[in-house]
Amino acid sequence: MAATLRSRLRLGYALNPVGVVGFCIVAFWAVMALAAPLIAPHPVGEIVDFDYFGPMTREFWLGTDYLGRDMLSRILMGARYTVGISLAAVALACFTGVTLGMTAAVTGGWFDTVLSRFLDALNSIPSKLFGLVVVAGIGSSIPVLIATLAVIYTPGAYRFARALAVNVNTMDFVTVARVRGEGTGHIIGSEILPNIIGPVLADLGLRFVFVVLLLSGLSFLGLGVQPPDADWGAMVRENIGGLPFGAPAVVVPSLAIASLTISVNMLIDNLPRRIRDRSA
Amino acid sequence: MAHLVEIRGLRVEAKTDSGRRIEIIRGVDLDVADGEILALIGESGSGKTTIALSLLGYTRAGCRIAGGSVTVDGRDMAALPEAERAALRGTMVAYIPQSAAAAFNPSRTVMEQVIEVARIHDLMPPDAARARAVELFRALALPEPETIGARYPHQVSGGQLQRLSAAMALIGAPKLVIFDEPTTALDVTTQIEVLRAFKAVMKESRAAGVYVSHDLAVVAQIADRIAVLKGGEVQEVGATGQILARPTHPYTRALLDAVEPSAGAARPAEAAGPGPLLEVTEVVAGYGRIGPDGMPLVPAIRRVSLTVERGRNLGIIGESGCGKSTLARVIAGILPPVSGRIALDGTPLAPAAAQRPRDALRRLQIVFQLADTALNPAKAVGEILGRPLTFYHGQRGRAREARIDRLLDMVRLPRALKTRLPGELSGGQKQRVNLARALAAEPELVICDEITSALDSVVAAAIIELLGELQRELGLSYIFISHDLAMVQSICDRIAVMVAGEKIEELAPGDFGAPGTHPYSRLLHASMPKLDPGWLDGLGRDAAVEWPVRAGAAS
Repeated sequence: MAATLRSRLRLGYALNPVGVVGFCIVAFWAVMALAAPLIAPHPVGEIVDFDYFGPMTREFWLGTDYLGRDMLSRILMGARYTVGISLAAVALACFTGVTLGMTAAVTGGWFDTVLSRFLDALNSIPSKLFGLVVVAGIGSSIPVLIATLAVIYTPGAYRFARALAVNVNTMDFVTVARVRGEGTGHIIGSEILPNIIGPVLADLGLRFVFVVLLLSGLSFLGLGVQPPDADWGAMVRENIGGLPFGAPAVVVPSLAIASLTISVNMLIDNLPRRIRDRSA
Repeated sequence: MAHLVEIRGLRVEAKTDSGRRIEIIRGVDLDVADGEILALIGESGSGKTTIALSLLGYTRAGCRIAGGSVTVDGRDMAALPEAERAALRGTMVAYIPQSAAAAFNPSRTVMEQVIEVARIHDLMPPDAARARAVELFRALALPEPETIGARYPHQVSGGQLQRLSAAMALIGAPKLVIFDEPTTALDVTTQIEVLRAFKAVMKESRAAGVYVSHDLAVVAQIADRIAVLKGGEVQEVGATGQILARPTHPYTRALLDAVEPSAGAARPAEAAGPGPLLEVTEVVAGYGRIGPDGMPLVPAIRRVSLTVERGRNLGIIGESGCGKSTLARVIAGILPPVSGRIALDGTPLAPAAAQRPRDALRRLQIVFQLADTALNPAKAVGEILGRPLTFYHGQRGRAREARIDRLLDMVRLPRALKTRLPGELSGGQKQRVNLARALAAEPELVICDEITSALDSVVAAAIIELLGELQRELGLSYIFISHDLAMVQSICDRIAVMVAGEKIEELAPGDFGAPGTHPYSRLLHASMPKLDPGWLDGLGRDAAVEWPVRAGAAS
């Protein structure tokens, strides 16, 4: 893996140090999420300390929460929910939105009009309210959370992709493909997508951040991941009482959310750039 | 006496995105005397615009002046602090850009923008500036000089806008005016008016000029001296007459040859097939709702009929907006016609490309003007060429690779280009790939829509030559659309002249300028720039140049 990365660099990609830092933090959280059950010192729900809102000690690296549970274990396991649910939701939202957006731009006509108006209508519902209503109505489970978040963020991805695709659609090479007799699938997948992939990825990263924040918000309101499991947003909420004491139990999950969202943005704003001058 | 402009040992460096430095101007020495017009001529990438911009003390982003001096009226533009340079720009040195349409702010009136220079430099009160602007408008032969300033840029024509940008440059009474390919984007008929206006106004203002162009015939009309550039170095400098009559450098000779392409390379008198290859009958096309008379709201093509014989070439010529590109799009099925009939090899074609069978699409290919937008910038050349092979001929794997190699050979490109992206190719190479993609389909008829208009004259001549060779090898027919009569004459057997959506006549290449032909055809013929430096002055003011084009549409 490292070797292929390096050889790709030699093939001509320019890295930005800010992007590298962002990538490292994102990779760190991804590894933590994957390896959580192996490295978490205690089970998530186990009360391990008689004290609550314990400070950082040698035994409990990140202190304990309002019930005396180990924060380190909870943060590690919470990463799975925060990163996993957000990633699934954002992937679903962007795949649907971008595909529909490109199709609408290429097809045009009534298909475009009807789809655009429908998704605009969906977009006009406040996202938190929509999330509250759905979760209150169907109940909270991980698939419901993923689907709800995906539905909330699809119209934005659709609008974004459609706006980009409309511009590419007017280019002569798309006309050439059309005159060649190509179908919509080839035109959107092979002619348009490669030309909008950069902004679409940037949008995906941004949307990921929104999803993390909305999920944390829902969890904060008690509608997200249900106890004893908790994602980072839920941890902030359940430990909010520790705020006056400056307890690590409330500070650490906040920092985790901030570090993930900021580093994702740093990464997407500084994706490796292809070097056009190859003769160096 | 010192010259107005003295460039000594100018070197300009550019930094690539991998951090490598390239010298794009390598030690250039040039002089411009007071009141003299020096032309910088060369292919794209030869550094002519970079040198011209250095006279303003400006380099494009990523470039910097690495050495040498650019002395304008005793001051070194390369060494001055930015604030002093800014004070000289517009008052000492002025710049006329290639695309006036992009240089004007669409949301402000022309007058406001023309007098902006006077306002920025506090040269004269606004009323005086306006009066001066009107004088300049009159000198530049603009219509309604008193009121044209109140219009917005989109309300004047391209040629008028280019002249207005000259007024903008001249209002600060500069000693040096830089013309950066100001007529390249214009029709030949418009180009004459603009050139004539430039020439008159430069003579009157006695300013010196630097004229950047790749068209030797245009330069011959306006320049006193010519400097030929290639690869960031001056190849040859001399008086206009001397360069035209006795070029010493091979590149100068290539430029001269490109102006007058060898007319009609002998085509094999192949037995024409039983019927015409393409037959277009009474085609009407346009935009908007279709009226009761069967004409669309904005008609672009009015009852045009034409035929292309197998193995023969048809040229379509006319100024921009005459509908010649629309006609190409109608034939290709991009814009379905409102009425009329298009038949390929006797078989009627459906109006829209989507309804045509794949084989009919394969036999008729279209090559667009701008290779930049006609090639997908995200796909490598090999992929671009490979797709029609897979799509039409089902070729895959090694057979496909071999065919891609053969196509690249055919258009005289090195095979190593296969892995490159279009953005990494030069303009001429891109146009060759564009052509190769059409050839990949193994077509019978190729519609070439202004394919040489965006290219240098030398590169364009090479493309034309390539088209001729391919025709001999593959037995193709071309429909060649252009506003450049010389190009069309050199390759076509028949030439259709279009004005305002109508085909006014069809001539053999040799019949242009002959008496008895349509006045517009004669105008086109007369507007072709000649290498003779006296050509522009020799053109009578009345030489049908003012022939009202729109009058033809009204009839």
